[in-house]
Amino acid sequence: MGPLIPGGYIPMEWDSIIAIFIGIAFGFVLEASGFSSSRKLAGVFYGYDFAVLKVFFTAAAVSVIGIYYMDYLGYLDISQLYVHPTYLWGAIIGGVIMGAGFVTGGFCPGTSLCAVAIGKLDAWVYVIGIMIGVFIFSELFNLFEPIYDGYNFGNITLIDSFGWNPYWVIFVFAIIAVVAFGIADMVRKRVKSVFY
Amino acid sequence: MNTKHKANPHLYWNPYFGGFLLGIIIIFTFYLTGRGLGASGAMKSSVVTVVENVAPKHAESNSYYSQFIKEGDSPMNTWLVFEALGILIGAFISGSISGRIKWRVQHSPKITTKRRLIFALIGGVLFGLGAQIARGCTSGAALSGMAVLSTGGFLTMLAIFGSAYAFAYFFRKNWI
Repeated sequence: MGPLIPGGYIPMEWDSIIAIFIGIAFGFVLEASGFSSSRKLAGVFYGYDFAVLKVFFTAAAVSVIGIYYMDYLGYLDISQLYVHPTYLWGAIIGGVIMGAGFVTGGFCPGTSLCAVAIGKLDAWVYVIGIMIGVFIFSELFNLFEPIYDGYNFGNITLIDSFGWNPYWVIFVFAIIAVVAFGIADMVRKRVKSVFY
Repeated sequence: MNTKHKANPHLYWNPYFGGFLLGIIIIFTFYLTGRGLGASGAMKSSVVTVVENVAPKHAESNSYYSQFIKEGDSPMNTWLVFEALGILIGAFISGSISGRIKWRVQHSPKITTKRRLIFALIGGVLFGLGAQIARGCTSGAALSGMAVLSTGGFLTMLAIFGSAYAFAYFFRKNWI
């Protein structure tokens, strides 16, 4: 029967209220996991703290397993879910620029909001930076438009792209995640501790 | 318990526990709304709102801003802005419980506050720019995209982490 709001089971008026409550849960979990600390987040790139890797991949594995299981049981129709569209070069070039921003600034937008909420002034500056970045993009939109609107493959999934069986994809993804966790712990033991 | 938290404000949840709960939140979000989480969208709406108020003619003629301007409705009235408001509230509650609320600049003892703030600003500008080009950030494109096996979501995730590892060496002084 799900998703509930697009399916008309919950009236649209509740959309904004639900958004606030989902945001509260999201912000709470991120902050409690230590994502309001830029030095903890940056640890994943230097091997002294793998919290980002562990939280991020556990969340991805749990959500994809849960969503496909709910679809299998008939509670959720996967075909009605919004799939982030694939603009090939936009996804890659944008991602590379974001990666550079991540290691320079130590936050991503969601985690910077958590740090803003607990009074980290570097996060306030970071958020102002994000807005300047959005402003630059918008003002130079004509320049970026070819990659922004080009190479559009639509709202495709790995299943559409490669014809793989989704259950095998999820199984392999989960195995990769568990192996990555093991390697992360091995690396962590060899790297000099950083206290923050 | 409370004194223990005050003595060590960096006592965080087990990352697997945090990740599990985050996964449940994503499932719940898709189940209710049919879409995933996000964060950079709220900052985009803020920029559109500021530009629309400061230079309304310019905002209308720009082909990017104009996509988000609707007659008689504020660009702030979107799902992602309400969700971002929730993130601020939720993080504030969590920080309050653990005694982490404090005005400060967090940085490595090896660098100055000024250097940290300059790099934070540069990082923000880059992330803001990249998130527009990729149509979403780590939450909207990578995490929510991966939850429904979006090809673009996986590509963006690989690009973000790949490039961060590639550039990490050059910025090591800021962190270790």
